[in-house]
Amino acid sequence: MAAGNELIPHLFRTEYSKITAVLGRLFGFDHIEIAEDIASDTFLLAAETWGMKGVPDNPVAWLYTVAKNRAKDYLKHDAVFAGKVKLQLQQSATELQPIDIDLSEKNIVDSQLQMMFAICHPAISAEAQIGLSLRILCGFGIEEIADAFLSNRETINKRLFRAKEKLRSEKVKIAFPGKSEIDKRLETVLTTLYLLFNEGYYSISQNTALRKDLCLEAMRLAYLLTENANTNKPPVNALLALMCFHASRFEARIAVNGDLILYDDQDASLWDKELIVQGEYYLNLAAKGNVLSKYHLEAAIALQHTDKNDTPEKWERILQLYNKLLITEYSPIAALNRTYALAKADGKEAAIIEAEKLKLDSSHLYHSLLGYLYTDVDNKKAVAHLQMALKLAKSNTDKETIKKNLDKLLLGINQ
Amino acid sequence: MKEFMLVFRNAPVAQRDALTPEQLKDVSKPWQDWVGSIAAQDKLASIGGRLEFDGATVTNGLVTDGPYAEIKEIILGFIIIKAATKDEAVELAKGCPVLKDGGSVEVRGVVQMG
Repeated sequence: MAAGNELIPHLFRTEYSKITAVLGRLFGFDHIEIAEDIASDTFLLAAETWGMKGVPDNPVAWLYTVAKNRAKDYLKHDAVFAGKVKLQLQQSATELQPIDIDLSEKNIVDSQLQMMFAICHPAISAEAQIGLSLRILCGFGIEEIADAFLSNRETINKRLFRAKEKLRSEKVKIAFPGKSEIDKRLETVLTTLYLLFNEGYYSISQNTALRKDLCLEAMRLAYLLTENANTNKPPVNALLALMCFHASRFEARIAVNGDLILYDDQDASLWDKELIVQGEYYLNLAAKGNVLSKYHLEAAIALQHTDKNDTPEKWERILQLYNKLLITEYSPIAALNRTYALAKADGKEAAIIEAEKLKLDSSHLYHSLLGYLYTDVDNKKAVAHLQMALKLAKSNTDKETIKKNLDKLLLGINQ
Repeated sequence: MKEFMLVFRNAPVAQRDALTPEQLKDVSKPWQDWVGSIAAQDKLASIGGRLEFDGATVTNGLVTDGPYAEIKEIILGFIIIKAATKDEAVELAKGCPVLKDGGSVEVRGVVQMG
């Protein structure tokens, strides 16, 4: 019993999304809910049956058989559904042939990838893409998604419902994009996976286990992309490398009480060496071809951070990578990080001049940076900037960090 | 926001091709930091390009090859920036490393098409 109780949630996480992807691709977006219902029903039946009769020898095969039979029953008995869906199905299968529901490993991966392209579609917002990805590709419950977004069930349900409606009205196909389109569509997919990862990595949700799950799921989906010849492109490998490097610090950056430990204060012996090696492996693969995406640059920066030794040479390399990253694509975070690297490479005076040009006055991070830069240069200004940062910060984690720095600075001045 | 082209000019020296990687790094850093600084302010419209020393000039019926011995200055390269006013563009141009080498920067507004 105990084993069964733990086994089902575990299988749910791994198998629900596979079943939904295969059936969803078969039925199309018009009937994606039916695919989801059949997958859910399958697990409900497993919970009932396994509880009474014990867990079967091959639980996964059991789930697949039940899902297949349920899907076939549905096609047989629901006339309306059958009329619509069979019409579509017959394009790929000849008439009279029984419908084959292929739950082979290859078809599962293909279906998940095609589903990924369908969900990460520019027609819907990034938030909706992440929500649908979590639900359909990762098998997360509505409650968990609401928790990750610090939202509630109703809002998430509405968001997912609208997103599906939109994908239907846009007639988005669950299929691989054409050869000419794939790079552009892949860009949207990678953006979504990166946001999904960041949602876990930087989320203000206190649920540490859930946050780690989000990161691992983003990595799993990126890994799926590297496993397929059509999608195994350099930017995908670069993104996966970036995720590996960041994830290597997962244990070191969160304290026992859930508090965030900043990079400088981390115990480097807690960094996951295996993930760092994996990151290097994927970054090497990413070097094929002549594409230099922002993920390449961000992964190269993250690689520099896997060495905690503070040398001017390291910071010079980081500075030049941030210069390139900003030339590729501006973002306020990259601009702030560049300025920090400049301070480490060329000194605080040079960095202050650059920082004053950024004009990011409404960002608490901007004032935190200026607070750091002015420390020991002009402590009065440093205090003023940290106080401003404290006023602008929204999350408790950010406020705590700024307060700590401010207290340290005030203590130093008063001594 | 308006776009401005910054054109860098200096005396014709074919030096860059002869630099060692280490020397090239010393020459590159001020340029990379300057463009990085513009990009960090979200004021870079196009990275433009650095021009090769070798080239040719075509006039009516006549083609002259480099190395432009008789010309005082050649164009080294250009970038396109975003700025609210010409004054702001000029401010950004003042940081250009070519000035330290005795060169000049021409600041020209780009005419909006369409």
